[in-house]
Amino acid sequence: MTATTGRTLAEKVWDAHVVRRGDGAEPDVLYIDLHLVHEVTSPQAFDGLRLAGRPVRRPDLTIATEDHNVPTTWTLDPSRKSADIEAIEDPVSRTQVSTLRKNCEEFGVRLHPMGDAEQGIVHVIGPQLGLTQPGMTVVCGDSHTSTHGAFGAMAFGIGTSEVEHVLATQTLPLRPFKTMAVNVTGKLRPGVTAKDIILAVIAKIGTGGGQGYVLEYRGEAIESLSMEARMTICNMSIEAGARAGMIAPDETTFEYLKGRPHAPQGADWDEAVAAWRALPTDDDAEFDTEVEINADELTPFVTWGTNPGQGLPLSESVPDPEQIADETARYSAEKALAYMDLKPGTPLREIAVDTVFLGSCTNGRIEDLRAAADVLAGHKVADGVRMLVVPGSMRVRKLAEEEGLDKVFLDAGAEWRQAGCSMCLGMNPDQLTPGERSASTSNRNFEGRQGKGGRTHLVSPLVAAATAVRGTLSSPEDLLAGSDQ
Amino acid sequence: MEPFTQHTGVGVPLRRSNVDTDQIIPAVYLKRVTRTGFEDGLFAAWRGDETFVLNQDAFRGGSVLVAGPDFGTGSSREHAVWALMNYGFRAVISSRFADIFRGNSGKQGLLAAECEQSDVEQLWKILENDPGTEVTVDLREKTVTAKDFTASFRIDDYTRWRLLEGLDDIALTLRYADDIEAFERSRPSYKPTTTPVAGA
Repeated sequence: MTATTGRTLAEKVWDAHVVRRGDGAEPDVLYIDLHLVHEVTSPQAFDGLRLAGRPVRRPDLTIATEDHNVPTTWTLDPSRKSADIEAIEDPVSRTQVSTLRKNCEEFGVRLHPMGDAEQGIVHVIGPQLGLTQPGMTVVCGDSHTSTHGAFGAMAFGIGTSEVEHVLATQTLPLRPFKTMAVNVTGKLRPGVTAKDIILAVIAKIGTGGGQGYVLEYRGEAIESLSMEARMTICNMSIEAGARAGMIAPDETTFEYLKGRPHAPQGADWDEAVAAWRALPTDDDAEFDTEVEINADELTPFVTWGTNPGQGLPLSESVPDPEQIADETARYSAEKALAYMDLKPGTPLREIAVDTVFLGSCTNGRIEDLRAAADVLAGHKVADGVRMLVVPGSMRVRKLAEEEGLDKVFLDAGAEWRQAGCSMCLGMNPDQLTPGERSASTSNRNFEGRQGKGGRTHLVSPLVAAATAVRGTLSSPEDLLAGSDQ
Repeated sequence: MEPFTQHTGVGVPLRRSNVDTDQIIPAVYLKRVTRTGFEDGLFAAWRGDETFVLNQDAFRGGSVLVAGPDFGTGSSREHAVWALMNYGFRAVISSRFADIFRGNSGKQGLLAAECEQSDVEQLWKILENDPGTEVTVDLREKTVTAKDFTASFRIDDYTRWRLLEGLDDIALTLRYADDIEAFERSRPSYKPTTTPVAGA
């Protein structure tokens, strides 16, 4: 027993949602404040309800959108509110989307279909609608639900059986996670972003390092980040094996939320803010474990391998597996280099790409698009390179067009697409072909993730834009050096 | 869910670590709206390679997968569990499972048995030296046996109980419907609902 009585942010949110405390053998029953639904992981859950004759317990705490399957090339008939489902050419994808529409209709769940003004990637629309708020529990049948932890919410991905469980009961049987503090001290240098922080964290603790934990990102470098940058960090907690990542709510959080459609209003707002101010980890609370990262030392980070932990600063070279002492890690590196068709010792800056993908729930928000557009302005995408820009939501797309960002991308030779998950996982037609290499602002460089045989390097939006211009993995600094053609 | 007490079947050595759920079943295979038929997509990228373990006659009908550490990382897709079960697997043995995968397995009746890595290595040796060797996984005793080698495995007590009894999680939770209602009455009024509002 420790003498401390303080609690961490995660423990406070957990405790506030326990419907019934487990008795040791049984897990706790945890109440879920918000359930996000999409077309891929929900059909079997709705089917389960139908078979058991169960309703959705709280359709008013549930919201659905179409994101994983939807094409990004449709055009909207101005007389209609949403895009024609016939725009989905793949009949199996179309069935999945139409199944979601039927299920939402039957069970009374709010749905934002393809082309709707609020449609988009599920983890982009929750925050922008103001539905994601501090101190909440948020779940979705998608592992990147950890994104919402940026608001000081306990947010995590679940499987389809759990989706059905939440639909039926608005709760989940769970055991508390262990807590890990990720202390990011110092200040980020210009050109270094939230994406570089999280890639460095994953490289440090490994893809399994966070298993069983909820991560709390703390420290000066985190506090100075915008909400969107915080979302990028929490988004990839799962890539370190952690189901959830959290950041304490502060003025930045409240300012982001105020006035959003579903944010509290009037007296409710004051009451909510007072409650949110009590959420940060107490000074005398103890984490189960802590890790340190110094932001002063970070530079743009890219991955060279086939899991998100296989990353290095852009200034370094492809590692030599023979230099890796651990046998499993060495074997994994050998396999990765064979798949990626990379030779040890090759400077990362010399790796030429075929495609640049800017988008996803990791880096498909307006700030990401602005950052990339700033780098691209006045430049052209290199010959032989295609660049896809896929906004995270229709609202992000609209805002970007109001700011003229679409023109910057189009003038540079990039493609300006409709909103969705797109090439992050290649469930729609946006895929890599076998052997094709990408610099991608998404979250996973797994074998075949972006298309069978495709090779992925994970990068920040700044590196993505600079890479598009030079054709090889690059940072914006490389453009200033006048080395672009 | 069918109760799981003991299972004996051909063991399949998968000498890979970090087998993420995109490897178990790539996204393009996730489009069915049923829980069946996903065996087509199981390890799809690797099954094109004729040296892949499941393409070898001795292992084709395998039902106990013995994999490297960090099995099931990445995407939350329960389709990974369905694909393994649709193919015929009843148990996966690894020294470390990703949390979501382990949870999904427990809901579907696929046993995720966590062994020491040294025991996994020993099983790999046995299965590779004599392809087609059967492995017995005993959930009551929490042991895995191949030939004269036996190792113990870890699984949390609650999941073990549910698997042994074949219990439905939702029905278990609905026993506490009164607690859920009481909790709902105590929720603060500032908590959002998804009911449409102006501006969205």
